[in-house]
Amino acid sequence: MPRTRARAAAAKPAETPSPAWSSRHLLGLQELSGDEIRLLLRQAAAYRELAVTNARKSALLKGRLVVTMFVEPSTRTKVSFNLAARRLGADTLDFAAGSSSLSKGETLVDTALNIEAMAIDILVVRHPASGAPELLARQVASAVVNAGDGAHEHPTQGLLDADTILQHKGRIDGLRVAIVGDILHSRVARSNVWALTKLGAEVWACGPATLVPDELRDFGVRISHDFDAILPSLDVVNMLRIQHERIKGPPMFPSIREYARLFGFNAARLRKAKKDVLVMHPGPLNRGVEITPEVADGPRSAILDQVSNGLAVRMAVLHRAAGFAPFATGDAS
Amino acid sequence: MSTLLIRGGRVVDPSTGKDGVANVFVRDGAIVSVGDKAPKASETFDARGLVVCPGLIDMHVHLREPGKEEEETIASGSAAAIAGGFTSVAAMPNTEPACDSEAQVEFTLLQGRRANLANVYPIGAVSKGRKGEELAEIGQMVRGGAVAFSDDGSPVHNAALMRLALEYAAMFDRCVIQHSEDPNLFGCGCMHEGKVSVELGLEGIPAAAEESMIARDIILAKLTGGHLHAAHISTRGSAEQIRRGKAEGVRVTAEVTPHHFTLNDDRVRSYDPVYKMNPPLREGPDVQAMIDGLRDGTIDVIACDHAPHATEEKELEFNEAPFGVIGLETTLGLVLTFLVQPGHISLSRAIETMTVNPARILRIPRGTLQPGAAADVTIFDPKKTWTVDSSEFRSRSRNCPFDGWKLKGRAEAVVVAGRLLPCR
Repeated sequence: MPRTRARAAAAKPAETPSPAWSSRHLLGLQELSGDEIRLLLRQAAAYRELAVTNARKSALLKGRLVVTMFVEPSTRTKVSFNLAARRLGADTLDFAAGSSSLSKGETLVDTALNIEAMAIDILVVRHPASGAPELLARQVASAVVNAGDGAHEHPTQGLLDADTILQHKGRIDGLRVAIVGDILHSRVARSNVWALTKLGAEVWACGPATLVPDELRDFGVRISHDFDAILPSLDVVNMLRIQHERIKGPPMFPSIREYARLFGFNAARLRKAKKDVLVMHPGPLNRGVEITPEVADGPRSAILDQVSNGLAVRMAVLHRAAGFAPFATGDAS
Repeated sequence: MSTLLIRGGRVVDPSTGKDGVANVFVRDGAIVSVGDKAPKASETFDARGLVVCPGLIDMHVHLREPGKEEEETIASGSAAAIAGGFTSVAAMPNTEPACDSEAQVEFTLLQGRRANLANVYPIGAVSKGRKGEELAEIGQMVRGGAVAFSDDGSPVHNAALMRLALEYAAMFDRCVIQHSEDPNLFGCGCMHEGKVSVELGLEGIPAAAEESMIARDIILAKLTGGHLHAAHISTRGSAEQIRRGKAEGVRVTAEVTPHHFTLNDDRVRSYDPVYKMNPPLREGPDVQAMIDGLRDGTIDVIACDHAPHATEEKELEFNEAPFGVIGLETTLGLVLTFLVQPGHISLSRAIETMTVNPARILRIPRGTLQPGAAADVTIFDPKKTWTVDSSEFRSRSRNCPFDGWKLKGRAEAVVVAGRLLPCR
């Protein structure tokens, strides 16, 4: 089918209905200002109560269609977006990539244009290729929300991590936060770096030298390859999973055993940490590798709070994507 | 008897050192004289205000025939060459099947003659099927008309095979053109490894992938006495190694593409695959090193690595899209706009890198306006301002990163073996 180029050109960038939001798309946190991230977190706070109840629903997105297009496996993020959309009263449609044209050689953009021809409002995309949501945002008229692209960004995870820190610590500014593990292949790490540095935290990246690119220093991140050395001074530790699926050459560290000994968060390490250290993990957990059950399930763990907070954050992001002014409760302005 | 007089242009011929207003007189496909004389001719071209130089040669193009004729053919690629002011091109052998036999070399020559536009010189594969395992029939291909040997698109990775190739090709006085890339360091990379790749979450290709191969090959060239030509170098380190190799007397030459002296990896922030090429766009200091290398003679040749791809292939996700951009129709404008006009290199030096230098590396009797030479001439307007519009290209492909750029300097006409052809 012919590309609707003229239409795509007219659609970019998505219209900005209110001066408070810079765009309806959410492609990454790198392009957002600290102020806009704070505004999104405040919008999420406004939805916190509604997010965790099945008793009441908002009607804000009544009649709007939110499509989740996940071209990569996911459980919690897809469920979270779907639930967030429903609690705002939207209709949701799950576009299952496995059964789609994507497996029949159709290009991503053609697929998206075809879905869009059925009049959708918001396209939530998870894709293994870095930059895929950006490619779509340039071509389609709907608002595009990045639900994780390759090793690039996972902006709603970055927001919900910031939200969780804020909830537990009351602030982010001045906190010392370490992201520990496979930074190189992690979109969560990148979104965390942008959000937390913009919000004034001192951000550390910690892991084996083969998985922590030195170039992170250019973005204001401090680097350590010695978890034990930095651990006692940390306020927040965000543990990452090793992204085995993105490692194509020779293994980037000798063994899981050695990795766990050097960078795993276990009970012995927890004893050396600050009493009020906050332990986070975006999931899925590899218990016994980067984190042991006593830490993951222990009193300092905020892992399940992250999941709950994800709902409110995604409601805020959908609110913005639908074109409503911040804190609006009725019709689109 | 056909005669042509190109009148009153500024004749710049680096092969003779000539730079001044003169008339070029051509008879029966050969240069007769360059000077004040204005003999009566059956055809006259008024070149006042224009530059007249030996016909430009691009020694690194991919014409895709046989195999991917929807992307380019020898005829469409020759037409693109003429439109860009090039009278000769050397076609890389990574076609499907690869150009690794005398018959295929002759096929390329035949298709070039049928197109009857630019001179098309075949480059033969170094190894059978470009598999990097054993030498292709280099001697047979020389007999068929191959001007150089390369597995371009892939490196000759096996050091022992590279050694053999350099030794063997030297027997026929031919160079080996290396696509310098260590495949293990290259990995699954899709852009330059650095700050931008870390930011974008795209797999990086370290500069070391190119530099380590160039270092090895210079040592092998020294060992064998063979002629190594490093295709499309792109990093500071590569330029430095070539510079040192030349200083030591090693037979090494090098080329650079227009995109590597004009663009850096910041462009990839758009995730637009039109900026995906191999070698990848590097960092600002690397771009500067390419310009410095052209100025000080480290880099001998400008060649565009014309790599046509179908639009639907190039519009994929960045990591999925193929490497490569086209360049035949923009090279001259980019050289004049970004190298000559800012004063980085002289006009004469610029022309040298696209005429006599590639002619010497390929051992072809072109790239000069000396009396008796084949009458290949490029006539361009150095002041003509124009906007690149890829929809007007003669190439079958549109993967050009310079679409919409305003350039100053454009070819007006070329002469190929005495025949005057307009560029538009």
